[in-house]
Amino acid sequence: MATATSTAVAVARRPPALGDAIGRWLDREAVFSWLMMALPLVFLFALVGYPFVYGVWLSLEDRPVAQPGVFVGLGNFIADAHDPVFWQVARNTFIYTGVATVLKMVGGLALALVINQSFRAKNLVRAALLLPFIVPTVLSTVAWMWILDPAFSVLNWILVHAGMARPGPSWLGNPSLAMASIIVINTWRGLPFYAITILAGLQTIPLDLYEAATIDGAGSWARFRHITLPLLKPVILIVTVFSIIFTFADFQLVYVLTHGGPANATQLFATYAFDIAMTGGQLGRGASVALAMLPILGLMIIALTAYMRRRE
Amino acid sequence: MIERRGWRVRALHLWLPLGGFLLVGLAPFYWMAITSLKPNAELYNTRIMPLIVYHPTLKHYVDLLTETSFLTWTWNTTVVAVASTAISLVLGSMLAYPLARMRFAGAGLMAATVAATYLVPQPFLFIPLADIINNLGLSNTLTSVILTYPTMLIPFCAWLLIGYFKTVPRELEEAARIDGASRYQTMLRVILPLCVPGFISAGIFAFTLSQNEFLYALIFLTKTDVRTVPVGAIAELIRGDVFYWGQLMAAALLGSLPVAFLYSFFVEHYVAGLTAGSVKA
Repeated sequence: MATATSTAVAVARRPPALGDAIGRWLDREAVFSWLMMALPLVFLFALVGYPFVYGVWLSLEDRPVAQPGVFVGLGNFIADAHDPVFWQVARNTFIYTGVATVLKMVGGLALALVINQSFRAKNLVRAALLLPFIVPTVLSTVAWMWILDPAFSVLNWILVHAGMARPGPSWLGNPSLAMASIIVINTWRGLPFYAITILAGLQTIPLDLYEAATIDGAGSWARFRHITLPLLKPVILIVTVFSIIFTFADFQLVYVLTHGGPANATQLFATYAFDIAMTGGQLGRGASVALAMLPILGLMIIALTAYMRRRE
Repeated sequence: MIERRGWRVRALHLWLPLGGFLLVGLAPFYWMAITSLKPNAELYNTRIMPLIVYHPTLKHYVDLLTETSFLTWTWNTTVVAVASTAISLVLGSMLAYPLARMRFAGAGLMAATVAATYLVPQPFLFIPLADIINNLGLSNTLTSVILTYPTMLIPFCAWLLIGYFKTVPRELEEAARIDGASRYQTMLRVILPLCVPGFISAGIFAFTLSQNEFLYALIFLTKTDVRTVPVGAIAELIRGDVFYWGQLMAAALLGSLPVAFLYSFFVEHYVAGLTAGSVKA
């Protein structure tokens, strides 16, 4: 192949042909790069960049579905600010994200430390532990819905028969319990992701660091505190910020399990925006609720991107 | 390890917590399976012990496959997942290759843009996209989701592949160039064939993400014959206040199988995809 190509180049060189010049131009690093990236960039611009800008525009309009919009400036955002449900949604989202993140981070770190020991069937156990994360969320949430069913909850059956409750609580009917339920299920699904990622981080820590510390008389807590944690910090930071972004903007779990109820007790920004825009047909108002997440999430996205780039 | 540990310590540090995590992690799947095999008489009887099946039956599976469009939904889900994964691998590579191996003005900014795009959650986009898809006349077509899923998958594939493309030694590329290969030929015949593990990782991950997607499918696909499994199950096995629990669980289990099956074969690749970006090997 190589010789054939070089002969072709040699032959083409005698009369300096236009095709050859184009070939060399195409072979320039910058030209090749931009041509290569053109199609995916156009695709992403059309289906991410443009919709995003269009969403901002929609949020400035009074725009019932299938009707032309009327520009209202910041009217939708002012309406949000006067809407008590909006503030409840904001509170819910912060509680949901905050508590679930702490549980996933602490639990994930603990699980990672547990699996990092050597034991038989380790790969099988690790694969099984990741199962909640890979199974489609909607489908596992359906199972949870049945576990928490008001009449046939297996959890309540166990509680009642263990003599701990009579009758069992209405998990999704009580506002605080409903919030606790979605937090637990989100943790159930997300914790393995933290654990496996932190485990991968743990495995990059050189063992001789621990040996040296042990020789210097460091106990297991001191080794954890002064070797493991500092070296894991970047991994934990990235995983946590990543997970905060997607927990804050969560939709599936709540939509399937509670639809935001009871009485908006589990309503999050995404589900509330969906209710207003898709169920209520108020696209502009819905877009404004979704964009209310932008200051926080935008900041996190930029910070995380910058941090990951710096580690390159 | 350095210390010798007694079995008590090992039980306390390893088997007890591990058992706890496994129990909580897997119990919902056990419950899913058990429920799908119970006849309705057992399912809705609160007097009997619910943790085992007394008279297992495949009735819910038969009903699911014959009375609902579950097979159509499965077919749709597969078509959408395969198509959007393929598109994302091709376009993702086209984005990743120059960012990983070429030097040009704007490369850093582009790489940052790709990473940031990956982090944009769907709720920022679904309302305008609903309007756009509607105006394009693509509602209730599989094209609507085949086009929109790659918006999440391309940046992910690109991000993952950048890492893989970077690992191929520069000497190989230079040798090919000296032999007269164009940049295009070098990429296609020298570098890409060496990155097959990266493509598998990205492919598996993209495939599971497409199977998991719910929001766009819920909005764009409102007719039975174009629905995917998650949307079909939620929209048609729950009618108002009536839940077809047996069928729902059968659907949840069957719907999870393709992903679980694929995953079991490629765990290592999947984990590599999962941890890419946060862990530098």
